[in-house]
Amino acid sequence: MRGARPGKWAACAVAVVLAATGCSGGGSGGGDSGAVLSSSWGDPQNPLEPANTTEVQGGKVLDMIFRGLKRYDPETGEARDMLAESIETDDSQTFTITVEDGWTFSNGEQVTARSFVDAWNYGAGLENNQRGAYFFSYIEGYDAVHPEDGGEQTARTLSGLEVTGERTFTVRLSQKFSMFPETLGYAAYAPLPRAFFDDHDAWLAKPVGNGPYRVDSYRRGSQMSLRTWEDYPGDDAARNGGVDLKVYTDNNTAYTDLLAGNLDLVDDVPAAQLRNVESDLGDRYITAPAGIIQTLAFPFYDEEWNRSGSEKVRRGLSMAINREQITDTIFRQTRTPATDWTSPVLGEAGGYKRGLCGTACEYDPEEARRLIDEGGGLPGGQIKITYNADTGSHKQWVDAVCHSINNALENDRACVGNPFGTFADFRSSISDRKMPGPFRAGWQMDYPLIQNFLQPLYYTNGSSNDGKWSNRKFDDLVDRANAETDASKATEAFQQAEEVLLAHMAAIPLWYQNGSAGYSERLSDVRLNPFSVPVYNEIKVS
Amino acid sequence: MGRYVVRRLLQMIPVFLGATLLIFLMVNVMGDPVAGLCGDRECDPSTAARLRKEFGLDRPVWQQYLTYMGNVLAGDFGTAFNGRPVTELMADSFPVTARLTVVAILFELVVGITLGVITGLRRGRPVDTSVLVLTLVVISVPTFVTGLLLQLLLGVKWGWIKPSVSAEAGFGELIVPGLVLASVSLAYVTRLTRTSLAENRSSDYVRTAIAKGLPRRRVVTRHLLRNSLIPVVTFIGTDIGALMGGAIVTERIFNIHGVGYQLYQGIIRQNTQTVVGFVTVLVLVFLVAGLLVDLLYAVLDPRIRYV
Repeated sequence: MRGARPGKWAACAVAVVLAATGCSGGGSGGGDSGAVLSSSWGDPQNPLEPANTTEVQGGKVLDMIFRGLKRYDPETGEARDMLAESIETDDSQTFTITVEDGWTFSNGEQVTARSFVDAWNYGAGLENNQRGAYFFSYIEGYDAVHPEDGGEQTARTLSGLEVTGERTFTVRLSQKFSMFPETLGYAAYAPLPRAFFDDHDAWLAKPVGNGPYRVDSYRRGSQMSLRTWEDYPGDDAARNGGVDLKVYTDNNTAYTDLLAGNLDLVDDVPAAQLRNVESDLGDRYITAPAGIIQTLAFPFYDEEWNRSGSEKVRRGLSMAINREQITDTIFRQTRTPATDWTSPVLGEAGGYKRGLCGTACEYDPEEARRLIDEGGGLPGGQIKITYNADTGSHKQWVDAVCHSINNALENDRACVGNPFGTFADFRSSISDRKMPGPFRAGWQMDYPLIQNFLQPLYYTNGSSNDGKWSNRKFDDLVDRANAETDASKATEAFQQAEEVLLAHMAAIPLWYQNGSAGYSERLSDVRLNPFSVPVYNEIKVS
Repeated sequence: MGRYVVRRLLQMIPVFLGATLLIFLMVNVMGDPVAGLCGDRECDPSTAARLRKEFGLDRPVWQQYLTYMGNVLAGDFGTAFNGRPVTELMADSFPVTARLTVVAILFELVVGITLGVITGLRRGRPVDTSVLVLTLVVISVPTFVTGLLLQLLLGVKWGWIKPSVSAEAGFGELIVPGLVLASVSLAYVTRLTRTSLAENRSSDYVRTAIAKGLPRRRVVTRHLLRNSLIPVVTFIGTDIGALMGGAIVTERIFNIHGVGYQLYQGIIRQNTQTVVGFVTVLVLVFLVAGLLVDLLYAVLDPRIRYV
């Protein structure tokens, strides 16, 4: 039963010994550049289109088969030019983009300015049902292509996009946004080949992109085989022969498979295994900060949470949570207590400011009691923390947070968990503004920019402003930061906006999340990028 | 016989309609599925509205049900949220689960009935007692414990099998998962066979057969076992449906992409089309298995006649 795969490897190894060249292609740096590794995967929720992928499993594949104008450095998260030869602007509102010469899709088609413009128009179009359409909402003409009032779309193309040459196009935004070029590394902005539009079903069955890997075969719901694209023109070509992504229903099974030598890479070690992961894998277990922050959001549409004085209650609650203890005991240090509203992956220069939250994020039961009393007590005498119980061990930490609050307030009934059965149900209650109190709000960044941690979540009517928090001062500061052409000044303005969050405690920062991965002895050079996805093209297989 | 079958088939129609209606309503009560489609953020209202329209969620439930049933009769089970037709999901997963069920049923038949006969003929002996204790243990230990334990021992510690089943899911790979899935039922089959056999051993026709001077083997197989199998066949028949739909735990442990996996994903993602479609087919499997069991009675016991 163990037959097929190990046999193939054995043959491969023999070939290496005999010919000393590796299985196919030349070996590089000790690794066998022809060898294929297997990695755990989850079935993507939506069809695999760049603008339609809003979760990490689909994003993993897009990261392998696409390269955009920019790419985020796997180490620092900094946006570097990839396909972009230059992105120029005078006013932070109109950008002239030149695509580098020599890039092609793996089917041989040239990547031109049109590849981008067509893809972005498709992504924004209402009738294409793209879940990530809002990424194009900064571009002029979005209202006509994607009317928010439920009407039909009146234009097929964004008026702000204009092809001005074979490899150049201009983007006009509806407002100033100096960091716009840095957002272009996100998968939704990837170029698309004509094949995508000409035969859409065939493309979905076997996507074609311009990244270091090409899709060799795809059995939807069970496995995707990616192979190295030999003629990849970029400088980040894959150092292995390819990756087989295998769908696992349960990441515990994937972990067991890794231990049994049946799988090479697991990129999400289940919480239940964290206790024995060191003894199981030793230094083949890695963990790295990811651009994910967990917070508790509040329903500001509820009078009780929007009256004056309630900010003291929120601040008090924040100080009643013993973050250190919870991250130590429940998450075994795979999460770090949060001290601001962004993430360490941004780096100091990117806007992460350690300790910005100050004492308000430190455990101090006495002060917590005092603040909550001063603020008029808990609304209704009790808070219910709402969460979805179907994924990600949320129950454990919500119970722990409540336990901590109850202890701090010396009241056994101060806080209870309020689980929802499914994520969809949880989300639909949030959309219907039916949250009875604080609720779980997780944020995984789209791109490593401080803007992405603040604007979507706290700007008036932001795309993920689930608590419907609204503050003039905050909005003004964000607008100012976006209009600022100097990056460090922009960051400074965003940090001032963060101070407004602190003053009102618009959401309680809980902890930053780390990505984790475990791998087999065959692999080396495995690391995680700030999106907690393994950097597949760097992995060496022996 | 023919008329009986036709009558039974006609009776299935209201059962089928009622069952699908119930499931349809239950899935609908769960709330708005579109809300969960955009990750940790709200879908923008116009995209959400379009998605609702595309999946027909903007119409009243009774209309949704009628359209759905109309489509089902035409062989169209709708489209899952990830853009795949549900019939395609079925074509992927039902063969896998069917293979798993066949393996499980074979275990029940071969091992369960053999153990039942051995213990039934040797009541009170050590072999009987030890098998009884063993079945008690199997019944009282939950399937996920047996599954995880076997996976760890055979898959990781001793390396006899792969801990997970590949996408192809051939019969060879399904032996251990099939055993795990069958374990509890297997114990019941053993106990049922044993009791039934022990009861019939003292019946008149067995005494007559022995008095006729028939060889013991013939008495046991032709007379005793054949008559004792009726309750066992009933149990196994109803178990077919239960195994197919109830394999969620086993399928998760061994990463088998069968019916349980699709149902689980359908429920988690509140995908009405997937859940209703799969459960509808499972209801059909239940009904047909029930009919086959009833027909088997006549084969096993000549006194039973259908008119």
